[in-house]
Amino acid sequence: MSDTPAVSIKRLSKSFGDIEVLRDIDLSVNKGEVVSVLGSSGSGKSTMLRCINWLEVPDRGTIHIAGKRIGVNEGAGRPMNNKELAGMRARTGMVFQGFNLWPHLTVLQNVMEAPVYVKGMHKEEARAIAEALLEKVGMSDKQGAYPFTLSGGQKQRVSIARALAMSPEVILFDEPTSALDPERVGEVLTVMKNLSSEGYTMIVVTHEMEFARAVSDQVVFLEKGIIIEKSAPATFFNNPQTERVRKFLEISA
Amino acid sequence: MTEWSILWEARETFISGLGNTLLLFVCSIVIAFVLGCVVVYLLEAGSALSTTLRILINLMRTLPFLILAYLLYYGLPQLGLKMSAWSAGLLALIIYHAAYFAEILRGSRLVLAEGYVEAAKAHGFTPLRMFIRIVLPQLMIKTRPLLGNQLIIALKDTAFLTIITVQELTAAANSAQATYFIPTQAFVVVIALYWLISICLELALKWAGRFGAKRGFDYV
Repeated sequence: MSDTPAVSIKRLSKSFGDIEVLRDIDLSVNKGEVVSVLGSSGSGKSTMLRCINWLEVPDRGTIHIAGKRIGVNEGAGRPMNNKELAGMRARTGMVFQGFNLWPHLTVLQNVMEAPVYVKGMHKEEARAIAEALLEKVGMSDKQGAYPFTLSGGQKQRVSIARALAMSPEVILFDEPTSALDPERVGEVLTVMKNLSSEGYTMIVVTHEMEFARAVSDQVVFLEKGIIIEKSAPATFFNNPQTERVRKFLEISA
Repeated sequence: MTEWSILWEARETFISGLGNTLLLFVCSIVIAFVLGCVVVYLLEAGSALSTTLRILINLMRTLPFLILAYLLYYGLPQLGLKMSAWSAGLLALIIYHAAYFAEILRGSRLVLAEGYVEAAKAHGFTPLRMFIRIVLPQLMIKTRPLLGNQLIIALKDTAFLTIITVQELTAAANSAQATYFIPTQAFVVVIALYWLISICLELALKWAGRFGAKRGFDYV
């Protein structure tokens, strides 16, 4: 079972009305791998990511998280009910562009919330885990603070700790640094780099080329809902296979 | 000031009236609020039930409270459902204000940033857990002034129940003024008492406001 991929996407397709956003996406992410998903705005990157934890419901295709299919109860041959879906989502973590920390809870409570109220963990245990994770992201001194008092970079580091607290099989990052000012981007990317070296499985939708080059194991390029390039970062950045990627890299450089 | 001493002699009536008013008020708003929350949760589901609930809410909002009280107390016995004035009054208060509480919370739910909900879903919250832990606390903080307003309206609506013979505060004043022919003094006393309860409510709400302020919610 150790070679079961953390995430396996097969023939994933999704349309919004008449617009086909994703077409026949295939992607396999092994445990401990970091996959960067690049592409211009509207290429389907975020939609693909949001299909993985069923925030968007795909039209076709299958997605397995650590060997278990999300969205469909295969044993019973029917769509998953809310509880089953929640159980699957608890196995994935997500970090949003807009942070989405729960504003009525403190930093510590934000990180403890899902372990306690989703997993049913004892508060003391959840607190110990949350404290360790906040330490890891450098937010120990802000445990009692409410989100509105934090900077964007701080909020994002807390939301990374919040995702980690569920010990997910994979963490989905949806443009985690796009809402940050340039000075704050670095602190979030540093945390993410550390996670990758600790062996966390991550799928990162991003515009940070340097991060994609330095940290990823795979780089995926989406164009109009199709993966037009999928390769190791060295190949992707030094020897792109398509004219489109070459153009994209030229403009981004 | 003999009128005041007459009223003092009749204080038992006022005290028991005040007790009934407070009991009706507290029971009805607690149950109405819980019911309102349940309705908002059911509306989230977006099923066929939600259309029915929306219709019921709007029906309540367009119905004068007194008519609802009449309907429950005088109308239901025709259908073989007979209740005491007290039960009918309590039920009327609950139904009526539950609809308003639901409407207040629903309005706030409509403008709650979807990101908080998505984050809760992404972390594995079931809809009910999410509603109780993530959505409802934010709605309550944001709608505090409106909820407070509704509490005071609910308090004043208890006075209508005197018409269906509930022995609450207004009924006490009415009975005192009718017995001793001192309407001004009798009503001044109950006005002061309603006012006092309202002030306590206002203070409690103001105090509750610090929960939101501490969390940066005071832009609402």
